[in-house]
Amino acid sequence: MLVTNDFLIESINKMKVDYISGAEAVIKALVENHVEVIFGYPGGAVLPLYDALFENKKIKHILVRHEQAAVHAAEGYARSTGKVGCVLVTSGPGATNAITGLTDALMDSIPIICLSGQVPTHLIGTDAFQEADTTGISRPCTKHNYLVKDPNKLCEIIHKSFEIASSGRPGPVLIDLPKDIQLSNVKYENKKNKINNINKNISSYVDQNLINKVARLLLEAERPIIYGGGGVVNSGPEASKLLTELVNILDCPVTLTLMGLGCVPNSNKRFLGMLGMHGTYEANLAMHNCDVMLNVGARFDDRVTGRLNAFAPNSKKVHIDVDKSSINKVVHVDYGIVGDCKNILSALVQEVKKLHNQKSMKTKTKWWSQINEWKDKDSLGFKQIGQNIKPQQAIKSLYEKTKSFDTYITTEVGQHQMWAAQYFGFSKPNHWMTSGGLGTMGYGLPSSVGVQIAHPKSLVIDISGEASFLMNMQELSTIVQYKLPVKIFILNNEWMGMVRQWQELNHGSRYSESYTSSLPDFVKLAESFGISGLRVDNVNNLDTTIDDMINIKGPVIADIRVEKEENCFPMIPSGAAHNEMILSSHDNHKDTSSEGLALV
Amino acid sequence: MSVYQKNEVEEVETSRTLSLVVDNQPGTLARVIGLFSGRGYNIESLTVTEIDKLRSLSRISLVTRGTSMTIEQIKSQLLRIVPVHIVRDLTLEGPFIKSELALVKLVVKGANRVEALRIAETFRARTLDVTLTSFVFELTGKPSKLDAFIDLMRSLGDTEISRTGVSAISRGHKTETKLLDQI
Repeated sequence: MLVTNDFLIESINKMKVDYISGAEAVIKALVENHVEVIFGYPGGAVLPLYDALFENKKIKHILVRHEQAAVHAAEGYARSTGKVGCVLVTSGPGATNAITGLTDALMDSIPIICLSGQVPTHLIGTDAFQEADTTGISRPCTKHNYLVKDPNKLCEIIHKSFEIASSGRPGPVLIDLPKDIQLSNVKYENKKNKINNINKNISSYVDQNLINKVARLLLEAERPIIYGGGGVVNSGPEASKLLTELVNILDCPVTLTLMGLGCVPNSNKRFLGMLGMHGTYEANLAMHNCDVMLNVGARFDDRVTGRLNAFAPNSKKVHIDVDKSSINKVVHVDYGIVGDCKNILSALVQEVKKLHNQKSMKTKTKWWSQINEWKDKDSLGFKQIGQNIKPQQAIKSLYEKTKSFDTYITTEVGQHQMWAAQYFGFSKPNHWMTSGGLGTMGYGLPSSVGVQIAHPKSLVIDISGEASFLMNMQELSTIVQYKLPVKIFILNNEWMGMVRQWQELNHGSRYSESYTSSLPDFVKLAESFGISGLRVDNVNNLDTTIDDMINIKGPVIADIRVEKEENCFPMIPSGAAHNEMILSSHDNHKDTSSEGLALV
Repeated sequence: MSVYQKNEVEEVETSRTLSLVVDNQPGTLARVIGLFSGRGYNIESLTVTEIDKLRSLSRISLVTRGTSMTIEQIKSQLLRIVPVHIVRDLTLEGPFIKSELALVKLVVKGANRVEALRIAETFRARTLDVTLTSFVFELTGKPSKLDAFIDLMRSLGDTEISRTGVSAISRGHKTETKLLDQI
């Protein structure tokens, strides 16, 4: 009898040990899922979680100054490391502020876990203080979301969320955590080895028959082109290597989307630069005139295709994508291969090598000489005349000065973003963080926070415009708090440059509300945060200013006063096709079509 | 036509019946409907009910309309939704049965009462409620049959209609048991 009693007491004690608070379980589950950094902002509904974080030594919390910035920082962290980015926000306004960031992550396929606080379950639906229907609001802008109502399911939900966020086509997952769930007693459960049924569209099975057909198609092509996108970056550095290998074996021109920059080193002689609306002349014309197109991990975005009925009209198209719904969504392809870029590319490289030994490849001399003719147009050429700094020159000089470092670039959205994509060279994937799909002004500064946290020793530069910078400049405070030596390189033309450019081209130069008036003195702004500010308006001092920016140990705001009314070229006007590019304002171009005017 | 659309001869839009197996959780239906409204697809009919208590699964029978490219897009978009487990295109798979239930209230007096009952008998509708001035009929069958019945009833008097929407299942001996076991 006595023995049994002892046994009972022992097991009761054991049970007590096993039970922890919901908040502690959340943090424990994050640690089990290899989270090292979490970006967040506290508030009433997440106090138990912050309490659990207080005791925790394994997760570093970065206090941002706005929840949108928390998500962008996590995006920068995720994109530059290949890990899942983690965010913690409170209920109501905390969650609604995070929505822009979540949408951005969904559009650009970035794995994010966003934990949001919620009012206690018994108050849900009563319009309680700081209550919002967070799962309702975030449903269309997350890959998946959960409202945890049962503490017993808490651990399982968190583990599953990480799997959902990082597998298949990555994306943001939001977990809404009512305060009473955070305070409840939970028995911690470890992650199961295998979580089923998340990516029903994808199988690891590679259709060898299809690979064979595609390999033949590529080898027999006279005018092939490979077009890579963000999916290659998401698939890991190995995929980028395989893509470069494929390009080299086939002696095939390659172009990359905005999201894909860095997958093939810019030094590769087969790389034609970025394609699309502000892509190079040679890349777009090669796309237009190709006979075989291989799309790896890109999604035929409207910035890339231009007018669809004139998109690569005489080509056979192959599309590799991890997301089945991307295939045949807007462009009909001849062969669609659903799968992870790395797996498919590896099979394809093998097959191409095998077939290459058996028979000779079609010579591409004619195709290359055609491409070189297009290259001679020098579509990115510009003339730096006078003392005023051309924005293109600013980026070019920045690239020259920083290419020997391990440099990570983030950008905001607009002209400066396009100039960065055009004139900065990327030799590796994961070194370029930009808001592609959603086009979120204010992305770059918070994103650079995440990148610098992940890579404390590297040179992190936010290439910014003065208007975008103002959208999330509160993050200067975060940068100072964590002593992040981020360099903020503002191409300051006192305009919302891209808006101004479109008004010039499409709206008779009626510059409605696109002037950024009442700008702060950026040098004094920097000083007010206790960091360094630099300003340059003469091209002769540009290089020394960039040197100073790099050499100053801490964060720097560099106010680069550039030519105010410079436009970003080359450009495919909206509603036009790849072969209807304009190279400069002087180019004879038709007025934008009425359909084109309606496009964004 | 949008300039971003393919400039080909527009393929004809056809009606398709999809059968989905989803987790019976709050939010799943909102996700499915949100997908249709967010991406601009049509829903002609939609029915949802739990079909497996143990595994907490529901069936959504859905009738939509579109070109084959749109329908393929709808199916792959549906499969991206985490709690959607199975998406079947019954129209494409082969013969299937489509059935619907309608409750029809008819306010009617005099000689038309006999006519109403006669029509109801012809359609094999059941009479669920009778008063001196009204009937409630219950009718199941193909949507087109229900349409015809309701049209006739409308010509006899004031009506009130409640329909369930289409429920559908494939003909033959094949079942989803194996697919369901993998969930």
